[in-house]
Amino acid sequence: MTTIYLPRDTTTLSLDGEEVALQLQTQAANTNTPINLVRNGSRGMFFLEPLVEVQTDRGRIAFGPVTPADVASLFAADFTNPVFGSESASNHPLYLGLTEEIPYLKQQQRLSFARAGVIDPTDIDDYMAHDGFVGLAKSLQITDQQIVDEIKASGLRGRGGAAFPTGIKWQTVLDCDSEQKYIVCNADEGDSGTFADRLLMEADPFALIEGITIAALAVGANQGYIYLRSEYPQALIILNEAIATAYSRNFLGDNLCGSPHHFHLEVRLGAGAYICGEETSLLESLEGKRGLVRSKPPLPAIEGLFGQPTVVNNVLSFAAVPHILADGAQKYADYGQGRSKGTLPFQIAGNIKQGGLVELAFGTTLKDLLDEFGAGTASNRPMHSIQVGGPLGAYLTPEQWDTPLDYEAFSAMGAVLGHGGIVVFDDSVDLAEQAQFSMEFCVEESCGKCTPCRIGSVRGTEVIEKIRNQQNIEANYELLDDLCETMIDMSLCAMGGMTPFPVQSAMRSYKKQQLNQQPKTSAVNREVC
Amino acid sequence: MNTPTVATAQQIQVIVDLLEHKPGALLPILHELQNTFDYIPPIAIAIIAKSLRQTSAEIHGVISFYRHFHTEKNARHRLEICRAEACQARGARTLERHAKKTLAVDYHQSTADRNITLDPVYCLGNCSCGPNIRVGNDIIGRVDNDKFDRIVENLATQGVQIQ
Repeated sequence: MTTIYLPRDTTTLSLDGEEVALQLQTQAANTNTPINLVRNGSRGMFFLEPLVEVQTDRGRIAFGPVTPADVASLFAADFTNPVFGSESASNHPLYLGLTEEIPYLKQQQRLSFARAGVIDPTDIDDYMAHDGFVGLAKSLQITDQQIVDEIKASGLRGRGGAAFPTGIKWQTVLDCDSEQKYIVCNADEGDSGTFADRLLMEADPFALIEGITIAALAVGANQGYIYLRSEYPQALIILNEAIATAYSRNFLGDNLCGSPHHFHLEVRLGAGAYICGEETSLLESLEGKRGLVRSKPPLPAIEGLFGQPTVVNNVLSFAAVPHILADGAQKYADYGQGRSKGTLPFQIAGNIKQGGLVELAFGTTLKDLLDEFGAGTASNRPMHSIQVGGPLGAYLTPEQWDTPLDYEAFSAMGAVLGHGGIVVFDDSVDLAEQAQFSMEFCVEESCGKCTPCRIGSVRGTEVIEKIRNQQNIEANYELLDDLCETMIDMSLCAMGGMTPFPVQSAMRSYKKQQLNQQPKTSAVNREVC
Repeated sequence: MNTPTVATAQQIQVIVDLLEHKPGALLPILHELQNTFDYIPPIAIAIIAKSLRQTSAEIHGVISFYRHFHTEKNARHRLEICRAEACQARGARTLERHAKKTLAVDYHQSTADRNITLDPVYCLGNCSCGPNIRVGNDIIGRVDNDKFDRIVENLATQGVQIQ
């Protein structure tokens, strides 16, 4: 019986994946072709989803993107033939060859996402057959301080956006003298253009569970929470299945793996508030309150959830941990450049032909990344602007696309890498409209605690609208600059403090565009007036 | 879609009792109520407040803070359109206009036949395959105007079947 793989991640399901699964089963029965259908995670090549893979004697071969209507023709081409290289299958128009040889996948450096799409996400034996729980086993043999030292030596920095060194955070919690400590996983991946957390949770949830458990051993925590956004219903289902299995096999719970350690883990659902991705707001929400941002200090590492020492890390930070423990810190640190160590999963999104997840070491440029993987815009129009790092990241114009994708290089030009989301816009974009949207988004999502963010965003929306309507342009530009400066300097958190990044970058491009369009005489006239 | 049932104080109390022991129980309670009844019945506020030893104002404050929770009954289907940048780059603004026009509603409103409530959402994490919408717990990608019309038509038929 041939094994066939079809993902059950959100993207596949969003593109008639369930109907493809049904057709596969129906056609298999109709043609007397017994198949073993495994619902794996996505490989992250979203332009090829639904991607159907067939296990052959030389590895998996892929077909995609498969619509429900294509399934009959796949069976007609005898695509389940387990002998690699059958002529009928390789002549099918959707045939892609060996999955691992598809350039989009082959050119990546997959560490955190090595298992994504390879294994059945909720089959714990499959996970263990692919080096799962090796890092945890090692962690159980060394001291808590030795675990923290490994993380420090790896140079791992928080993958949520702020890029704070993970080892230092863990050390702070380890050093706290408290009976109750917590691990909180920030899975409130609200940035537009990002889906790496979702992909990992839906493709390899045990890696996250293992990373969180290692963190618990490192700092001495016995309770953990995964704060998941409510916009991810499929990730919720898969995470809960995986957690239940981990409990049943004693990788979670009391005396985990027969050790003296106890650790319990639970998924908690957010409720549609972007601000809860900010760690202190997230903690408030977990405590059952409005997600109002807290002042720091005290740091959550010292006074976090319910006032106790708490590690708060992003999904990808935890997912990197098992590798570091299993293969050693140095191997991880060998990837990347300067202070940006390891790999970062870039997420290519928006108006792009070949969107998906690309895990690479830090250092490649935006232009190279898009040239190599993106294949141009989906609309076939020229690329115009690229927003990197989510809704609080700057809109970058072509002359900035040669900047290396690492934390320091981006920060040097007033941009952020954030969570690695890359949203491509073609030349039909109205950047002033985008700038206005950034302010509107801040109106919608501000927690309301600080005035510059709460009121500034409302005023910002109005001012940009006036500029777009050609009202009192010079004065309004000046007002907008002033407003942005106030928001940057006076806001407690990144919501108000970074909203000006996309606004100012977009308005600069817009202004330049407007000036170029104006006939030269009007500039003279304005001076006269 | 959940089948909405009429919420009695007793049913609400059962759910609250089941979850109130959890640390930070309020969000889990609100989620469970909304999953069960399709909305948070206003009579639940006082019940939760008493059980958690908080004021009704505090409970109301939490409900109103989070976009996901609502204390008014939705129409049969909740349809959310992603308004975030990655979907905008792929034509979400056109889709928004089309949806509002064909359904003859604005955001946070329900169609006259009480079949669809239209809501905005900010990112569904399917950003390479926009524009995206969510209907109940289903996320649907690459929704152009025609696909939107087909989805709405299907929902209308489903609505009739339920009746």
